[in-house]
Amino acid sequence: MAAGGVSPGGPLGAYVPGTSLLHRCPPGPKLLGLLVALTLAIRWPEYVAVPAVALFALARVPPRMALAQLRPLWLFLAVAFGFQVLAAGLGTAIEVVGGILLAVALASLVTLTTRVSAMLDALVVAARPLRRLGIDPDRVALLFALAIRSIPLITEIVRNVREAQCARGAGNNPIALAIPTMIRTLRAADALGEALIARGIDD
Amino acid sequence: MIEVERVTQRFGDRVILRDVTVTLAEPRIGVIGSNGSGKSTFARLLNGLVKPSEGRVTVDGFDTRREGGKVRRKVGFIFTDPDNQIVMPTVAEDVAFSLRRLKLSPDEARDRVAEALERFGLAGHADHPAHLLSGGQKQLLALASVLAAQPETIVCDEPTTLLDLRNTRRVGTLLSQLPQRVVLVTHDLDLLDEYDRVLVFDEGSLIIDDKPAPAVAAYRTLMASP
Amino acid sequence: MTDRSSSLRLTATDLARIAVFAALIAALGLAGTLYPLGGQVPITAQTLGVMLAGAILGAYGGALSVITFTVLVAAGLPLLSGGRGGLHWVIAAPTSGYLIGWSFGAFVIGWLAWRFRPWRRSAAAGMALFLLINLIGGVGVVYAIGIPVHIWRVDSGTLAVIQAIGSFLPGDLLKAVVASVVAYQVHRAIPGLAGGSNE
Repeated sequence: MAAGGVSPGGPLGAYVPGTSLLHRCPPGPKLLGLLVALTLAIRWPEYVAVPAVALFALARVPPRMALAQLRPLWLFLAVAFGFQVLAAGLGTAIEVVGGILLAVALASLVTLTTRVSAMLDALVVAARPLRRLGIDPDRVALLFALAIRSIPLITEIVRNVREAQCARGAGNNPIALAIPTMIRTLRAADALGEALIARGIDD
Repeated sequence: MIEVERVTQRFGDRVILRDVTVTLAEPRIGVIGSNGSGKSTFARLLNGLVKPSEGRVTVDGFDTRREGGKVRRKVGFIFTDPDNQIVMPTVAEDVAFSLRRLKLSPDEARDRVAEALERFGLAGHADHPAHLLSGGQKQLLALASVLAAQPETIVCDEPTTLLDLRNTRRVGTLLSQLPQRVVLVTHDLDLLDEYDRVLVFDEGSLIIDDKPAPAVAAYRTLMASP
Repeated sequence: MTDRSSSLRLTATDLARIAVFAALIAALGLAGTLYPLGGQVPITAQTLGVMLAGAILGAYGGALSVITFTVLVAAGLPLLSGGRGGLHWVIAAPTSGYLIGWSFGAFVIGWLAWRFRPWRRSAAAGMALFLLINLIGGVGVVYAIGIPVHIWRVDSGTLAVIQAIGSFLPGDLLKAVVASVVAYQVHRAIPGLAGGSNE
């Protein structure tokens, strides 16, 4: 199971534990820094490339972990590279693909050095001004926790329905899978809502 | 004291409960009945999860329709499937969730959570994802979480139906030792031996209200007849 | 979903549905790969979850569940199909526009569904109407946000269109069909979904 909890004992996602300056920096400033870095990377990619690599070194993220974040993009980038070489020449191809790699790498560095829980907490703090719009930050935090709690529950439903439909020989029919999944998902939502009421969330 | 006065419960055209009047004051009350007898709806009436279509339900004088919040502070609820009851990702967070309205200091809350987990043998699992617990442990966590809020009564809707025999016994024993009033809806009739009173529901009506031995015997006879 | 046009306060039932649908979108990425063409071509069912969130929960509930899912991904949970997660997929990838577009797509699907109520029509008409709604929101709106970002990042309109058609469009069209049948059937099976207040 990939996801289960948001507390320090919960899943790490792409987080690589460490004690570097980037790890210790709180998420807020890190996100602002990222914003600046991305703006610069879009405007002057050639000057940002070296500092970006230096930041990865500073964070002591193993290159294997850093590359793992970029791997799902390789086919996409290969097509883009090939196309741009044919359409506009090697220089443009390198510029385009390099620019994408740079932006993705910089943003991934924030994820690689920030715990999921710390990031969510920062977002809840950032949501505080929304109180004036009637949005309660506590409810926002609760919503994130409920969603994380529900992932294994719903994943189980999706798996069970798939197994049941396979047993009946309908394992490949997406509609035969999706309707019972939806009905059971809605039932799970009702049960969760009832549990929240019983535990006093609306009182 | 929980008072159910002339309650009739309908969902659409279906009548689920028919003119039920009962006062619950004993420390241990069992509720039995066949599937669809209305016992689960009866349980949900007691903490305001279901509001009566007719009649009224009061807990220490608080009407479940108008003062649901106060009622739910007094009456905790345990569901059949603990998976639906655990609302937070990790074990400790789920217990802490019950404490949010008590406005405790962080230290107090932490102590209270640790104490609750200790009591139910979950201390080693505090930071574990709740979904990785076994079925029995999940029901213990559900109990720990509900009891952390310190209700006066807990209503349990078939809390052992999904458990194996060992865990059924364990939950049954824990329930029997609680200082709280317990209203236990169950199919595990053995759990009710030491109870003060057993209510039997059939087709929406409260048909028997007696000591466990005669009530269970009458229920068995009823279920054996075609 | 209760009517929330006048208030942003979410009840326990709303919260539960939004959270559970965010989890559904995640679960469909983790375990919901479809093999509709004889098991050869895997299609992730994730955008099916996005369309259904709008079609089943309505505009606000649908959008909020997709936003919740997106936030969890941005925070680093590996919930996108293929186990991807992290801020980079939400804000920095050439395909981030599509992901951001999902929330708007779910909103539009929910808005149109509640406006035209396909579940009140006969099966054929209702499903056809749902298909149109899912195509507008789940493909039209998502691509309207995704493609410009895509073009900007790869610096070529032709390339962006080739990549979008090559990687997303066939699956999205198939999922729009599935979502339409499912949304219609689920609304028929559970009549209270669209809220009693307007019925």
